[in-house]
Amino acid sequence: MKDRQELNRNLAQMLKGGVIMDVTTPEQARIAEAAGACAVMALERIPADIRAAGGVSRMSDPAMIKGVQAAVSIPVMAKCRIGHITEARILEAVEIDYIDESEVLSPADDARHIDKTKFAVPFVCGARDLGEALRRIGEGATMIRTKGEPGTGDVVQAVRHMRRIQSEIRRIASLREDELCEAAKELAAPLDLVKSVHENGRLPVVNFAAGGVATPADAALMMELGAEGVFVGSGIFKSGEAAKRAAAIVQAVANWQDSKLLARLSENLGPAMVGINADEIKTLMEERGK
Amino acid sequence: MKVGVLAVQGAFAEMKAFWRTQGAETFEIRQLPDLERDFDMLAMPGGESTVQGKLLNDLGLFAPLKARIAGGLPVFAVCAGLILLAEKIYDPGGRGGTRPGKWFGVLPVTVRRNAYGRQLGSFKTVGAFDGTTNVPMTFIRAPAITAISSPEVEVLSEFNGAPTAVRWRGITAFTWHPELNQRMRA
Repeated sequence: MKDRQELNRNLAQMLKGGVIMDVTTPEQARIAEAAGACAVMALERIPADIRAAGGVSRMSDPAMIKGVQAAVSIPVMAKCRIGHITEARILEAVEIDYIDESEVLSPADDARHIDKTKFAVPFVCGARDLGEALRRIGEGATMIRTKGEPGTGDVVQAVRHMRRIQSEIRRIASLREDELCEAAKELAAPLDLVKSVHENGRLPVVNFAAGGVATPADAALMMELGAEGVFVGSGIFKSGEAAKRAAAIVQAVANWQDSKLLARLSENLGPAMVGINADEIKTLMEERGK
Repeated sequence: MKVGVLAVQGAFAEMKAFWRTQGAETFEIRQLPDLERDFDMLAMPGGESTVQGKLLNDLGLFAPLKARIAGGLPVFAVCAGLILLAEKIYDPGGRGGTRPGKWFGVLPVTVRRNAYGRQLGSFKTVGAFDGTTNVPMTFIRAPAITAISSPEVEVLSEFNGAPTAVRWRGITAFTWHPELNQRMRA
């Protein structure tokens, strides 16, 4: 399983500098691939609609996932509920390329995440701070993303989470070696992973931004803050010109330092998703699964 | 030696680190003005070939790079890079069937995308590479070289009897990831 973990970390490395897009149909998946998505997340409802519908939100129908897999050649991801070992086994059985054990769905276990080291298939998990990221990696996640606040079109939480993770990484890197044990205790994180962060000045796996990214400028902002790539959920297919916006976000991530290009990419994209201010919502998905 | 690393998407940081450990100087090629710099070799990293190909077009990098490669610029390409160079591509997903390489299309080989299946088909092995034995090889949703259409193509490594790395004129291309192996010497 050590080899699998490494291969799964390697796949995340290949996705870097790319945009992973939420899609709900094979048609949307084809639009996303043509626009330059490096992977798609197949789900029945995008987070904004999950929010609007309320109730319990579960893994997608495997038939829908297979339809997306048949439509594109890029990696296909899908979400399972936090702690739902069996949904994860089902997604592994349909040979998904990455499982997102996601707070966007209703948690199946309010205390534990899945022991992901027992799976051959890779997992990405959300995190709001370094301790949470390292706990998920300790459980076997081979890719991390910020939680942000999905389905809002409001980037503020993704910014908060990315800044917090990066600044905690810098702090751990600056410690004396004999301070790491205490730091691991404070972070409630495995000591070997805290040591790895201390030595390398980065997470041991790839770290993407997610949650509330709606515009090319949002995506470039997350890259500026240290993201290695971006998930865009509701932002694309809840907006006016989905294909154009998707392509612009892909280019913005590839050349996030070029403001002139960003200005051009931001032109005439039509209305962005309306969005909800995260202070105005009742369900805070980021609070699920710490 | 100065290596220009294509850096529009994928594991270009790993490719840069790999060439730095070989003692080369590296810089990133992200946009057209980057091609004005002098460099001795182009390195094409792993990633998603559909994304890299699209961005090469969108950023206007495609035609000038194609001319440079045709003019004999040495290239070191892995995985997605190999797909972008291949003369013919077989795509099991989507449209299916073999079609002419829609990108640079210079390397006289046929490449099958995602030849070992999805991520569960990714694997590690050891094998002989260019006369060196026991070289660790990592295959990530890797393509396969299914046919070679020129006697000038030299096979550098094989897996189950099929070529996994080739050299042709100035181009060296891999279906696996030498840049993920710290001990590999170029």
